Amino acid sequence: MRSKAKRLAATSVAIVTAATVLAGCSGSSGSGSGADGDTLTLWTHNAGNAAEYKVVQQIVDDFNASQGKYKVRIQAFPQGSYNDAVVAAASARKLPCILDADGPNVPNWAWGGYLAPLDMSGSETAVADQLPSTVGTYDDKLYAFGHYDVALTMFARKSVLQAHGIRIPTIDRPWTADEFTSALAALKASGTFEHPLEMGTGGSGEWWPYAYSPQLQSFGGDLVDRSDYKSAKGALDGPEAVAWATWFRSLVTDGYMAQKGGSSPNDDFLNGKSAIEWDGSWDAAKNAEKLGDDLAILPPVDFGQGPKIGGASWQWGMSATCGNKAGAQEYLKFSRKTQYFVDFAKATGTIPATAAASAQIPGYQPGGPYEVFTQEARKFAVVRPVTPAYPYVSSVFEKTAKDILAGADPKKALSQAADQIDANLKSNNYYAG
Amino acid sequence: MATTPTPAPGPRRRTLRRIPGHLLRSALALLFVFPVVFMLISSFKPDQQIFADLGSIKAFLPVGQLSLDNYTAVFDRVPAGRFLLNSIVISAVTVVLGIVVNSLAAFALSRMRWPGRRLLLVLIIATLIVPFETFALPLVWWVNKLPWLELNGFHLALTEGWLDTYRVQILPFVANAFSVFLFHQYFQSIPKELDEAARMDGASWFGIYRRIVMPLSGPAVATVAILTFLPMWNSYLWPLMVVQDENLRPVMVGIQYFFQLNVSWGQIMAYSTMITVPVLALFLAFQRSFINSIASSGVKG
Repeated sequence: MRSKAKRLAATSVAIVTAATVLAGCSGSSGSGSGADGDTLTLWTHNAGNAAEYKVVQQIVDDFNASQGKYKVRIQAFPQGSYNDAVVAAASARKLPCILDADGPNVPNWAWGGYLAPLDMSGSETAVADQLPSTVGTYDDKLYAFGHYDVALTMFARKSVLQAHGIRIPTIDRPWTADEFTSALAALKASGTFEHPLEMGTGGSGEWWPYAYSPQLQSFGGDLVDRSDYKSAKGALDGPEAVAWATWFRSLVTDGYMAQKGGSSPNDDFLNGKSAIEWDGSWDAAKNAEKLGDDLAILPPVDFGQGPKIGGASWQWGMSATCGNKAGAQEYLKFSRKTQYFVDFAKATGTIPATAAASAQIPGYQPGGPYEVFTQEARKFAVVRPVTPAYPYVSSVFEKTAKDILAGADPKKALSQAADQIDANLKSNNYYAG
Repeated sequence: MATTPTPAPGPRRRTLRRIPGHLLRSALALLFVFPVVFMLISSFKPDQQIFADLGSIKAFLPVGQLSLDNYTAVFDRVPAGRFLLNSIVISAVTVVLGIVVNSLAAFALSRMRWPGRRLLLVLIIATLIVPFETFALPLVWWVNKLPWLELNGFHLALTEGWLDTYRVQILPFVANAFSVFLFHQYFQSIPKELDEAARMDGASWFGIYRRIVMPLSGPAVATVAILTFLPMWNSYLWPLMVVQDENLRPVMVGIQYFFQLNVSWGQIMAYSTMITVPVLALFLAFQRSFINSIASSGVKG
């Protein structure tokens, strides 16, 4: 019995050792990832988003048919888990060759060595012709480009505003802070709306900095001091930022806005639960279809430093570990045809990144109902801080803004947030190199 | 003073006395059923209506514009059939392997006499304290290095890394401390005299396991089946980390497909209904054995 057990143990050890040794020999530790010869892998965040996915599929099909050398294969991920998948793949050195990235993450991914700089010269559309917010640069190098952008905006019903004697603002004459407050007061006083304003405070994640940091900027504050990206002090906890936080909280204490909005703010707006909705251009077509001419698309409020909206949406780049960079660049150049800029914007109801594409999209041509979004993107867009620290800044801001809305002392909360961001910047040696 | 014996409560009074208990139980049952009813009913309504009905009892009633639109849309958005199939394969294989492996381990720990078996049982049970999240990342690192033999034409080839496979979603979850413990406790309740009689008749240990102990352990098998199936069906974090290929994803990862700029709640309800039904069916099928086993595990021994 005992000798039997010994034999078994010896055999097991031998098998495991052999397997490990052999595995070591055959390990496919090539020089790059995401390419098997001339077959390149492409990752996109569009699983479950059929409209946008179809355009990606179309470009890939066209590219594969247009030449015989390279072949691109798509791998789609649902948006909610996309960033985690990329980060996990980067640590396992298994990134694809071509991938899309949410604009504000581009500097971090470039700094972290996920993305490689691009050379898009010779493509049909020049990078210089794009809306600036659709170009992802870091350290003066191009790392990513997008086919579209989105714009924050307010939706309302013209009939409701008129019935309460509220002026309908325009791009050239947006509401001032005072006008906005009296509009909310009038709507609240009518008794029709428990909370006249819906700003999507039931959401989470990147929506928070995307939606509310432009308001902070319009007050005169910012997420970090952009002169050298070395501190958030002054920008995030200065008097302007405190004024913003106080105003933000007052929306709740005055009963103008719910501390936590609904799960589907746009449906609530369409159902007449709220009068003014702070939302994005992506809901414009749906709202126009339901409300027709009654729909009012309003520019953001000017809180002092002019109206502001966030810039940058999804953009395409190439991984630094890509095993076939020539093929990846070839594909990315191919994807820069005006036709594709048009297709993306049409499919997703977003703002095309070039004027040439805008001219071909109903509603976005000069004078069209959605031209306002292109103008907003040109005039009011502020990209999120171009620093590798952005993902951290974003999460700190989300938490702080939620605390403020829940009643935390504005000055204290903001000063603590600025301290945390400064500590992160310092402990990462200001993300140098 | 003559005392008359108090009459036993008549059937009527007994019924009356039971009413409050029944009411309480019905209220509790409703409380538990409401979310499922809401899910089912909402799966037939357009998004805007779901939110319009939220404030009233209408949320639980099939009123308004009902249609199967959400269900058709689910199939446009998610390869739902593929995901269901994947989850069925992954869960079923894990359940079957789990029953075999864990019951064998428990058999050795409970029936065979060898030094160190008590210590080993304690160590196995001790692993229950460690939450999965704490070792998920090291596990990813490991499975990314593990070798596997693959038949490549007529050659056996050794490959490295288990990412993007079914086995990476199955094998780490086969051995399960709680299942071993459950089988162990149940086996303890089966009289050892049966083994001795079988040994006398010349049965091998495996024969005793297969012909005597396992056939007597129906409720334990049912319990382990359910307790293995549920977390496998619901697994989300692990497949997210180790599977990049869409064709191998399980159902729960599919939920993420609906969270776009505009969340399609009606479709989420339809998809949730589709992926909840198999679990409900399985539970109903095993319900009796499950309850028996839970009820008896504390008494026997």
